[in-house]
Amino acid sequence: MKLITHNMLTSKCIKGVLTGYPLAINATDVKVTEVDYNPDFLSRVIPKLDWEVLWTAANSIGHGEGLPKAVEPKFEENEEFLKKAHKVLLEVEVEEGYLTCPESGRQFPISKGIPNMLLTEAEVQ
Amino acid sequence: METPYQNHIDKEDFDHVYEPAEDSFLLIDALEKDLQYLKARNPTFCLEVGSGSGVVITAFGMAFPGTFCMSTDINYKACVMSQSTANHNKVSLDAVNMNLIDSFTDNIFDVILFNPPYVVTESEECGGKDITASWAGGVKGREVTDKLLDMIPKKLTHNGTFYLLLIEENIPDEVAAIMSALGFKFETIIKRKVRNEQQLVMKFYR
Ligand SMILES: C[S@@+](CC[C@H](N)C(=O)[O-])C[C@H]1O[C@@H](n2cnc3c(N)ncnc32)[C@H](O)[C@@H]1O
Repeated sequence: MKLITHNMLTSKCIKGVLTGYPLAINATDVKVTEVDYNPDFLSRVIPKLDWEVLWTAANSIGHGEGLPKAVEPKFEENEEFLKKAHKVLLEVEVEEGYLTCPESGRQFPISKGIPNMLLTEAEVQ
Repeated sequence: METPYQNHIDKEDFDHVYEPAEDSFLLIDALEKDLQYLKARNPTFCLEVGSGSGVVITAFGMAFPGTFCMSTDINYKACVMSQSTANHNKVSLDAVNMNLIDSFTDNIFDVILFNPPYVVTESEECGGKDITASWAGGVKGREVTDKLLDMIPKKLTHNGTFYLLLIEENIPDEVAAIMSALGFKFETIIKRKVRNEQQLVMKFYR
């Protein structure tokens, strides 16, 4: 699971949970794989993300170093920033660990990089 | 569109994961037919629901290097296979073991693809998490599909497009009526007769 995906995951469909966002990350294995750098993609995607959630997530798995807490105006022109964002969004991956719902405490295991978000019928709204 | 490399897959794994078949390739052909339309939209996020082996979303990712691809499947083994198909073809994909699109935030996907379990079966057969989930569609072969239809308006961006594979027994006119009521226009992009099955791909947009 890359942090770009984590930015879009919620446990809202659990019975009694209002937002279920953001999910906390506990990682026991994190890997970094090289992905082609695409500044045009980053310029389109960054405005769509919850940056604070990304920042917190990156720090919680030890990859937040040098990542600014907020997106500056004209970030598209700042290559150093884009390269950091690229790494954190697309290259860092949580291989093993779990996600935790901020409201119910329900845990979702991540194995081989794949989060298991399945719920039982009794758990859903 | 190019067909992804699949030789990395151990044939025995298809005992547990849907093996790419005519329907998978019809969905890819539909996307190819709509390539100009999709390129003009420059999608940021594409999601394939029920990605199975991952050939469809990987073909998409190969054609759209500027799109981030995601996939879900209720079958964990399918998620693993989708991830490895994407990796072998150098497509950046995140696979998530999920029921339909239950755990995604709203309003993110520019493109959603679904080749559902469409075979008409007893209701009881439908709802598993293993290989039966790849074909068992319950009443009208639509029980899984209909659940997804309801979620499309919220999860698709306003200019987003949803591609859905159906067979004649699924009663495509009814699907079109459901989607119209949800505010979508529709088109049938491609049809093909495979043995005794009339397959088609519909496209929905606002
Ligand atoms: C007909 S197969 C298509 C596989 C692949 N997309 C292809 O075209 O070759 C249907 C897929 O949907 C998955 N599926 C069935 N029900 C699902 C659900 N509720 N949520 C997510 N995936 C589901 C199955 O596990 C299977 O992989």
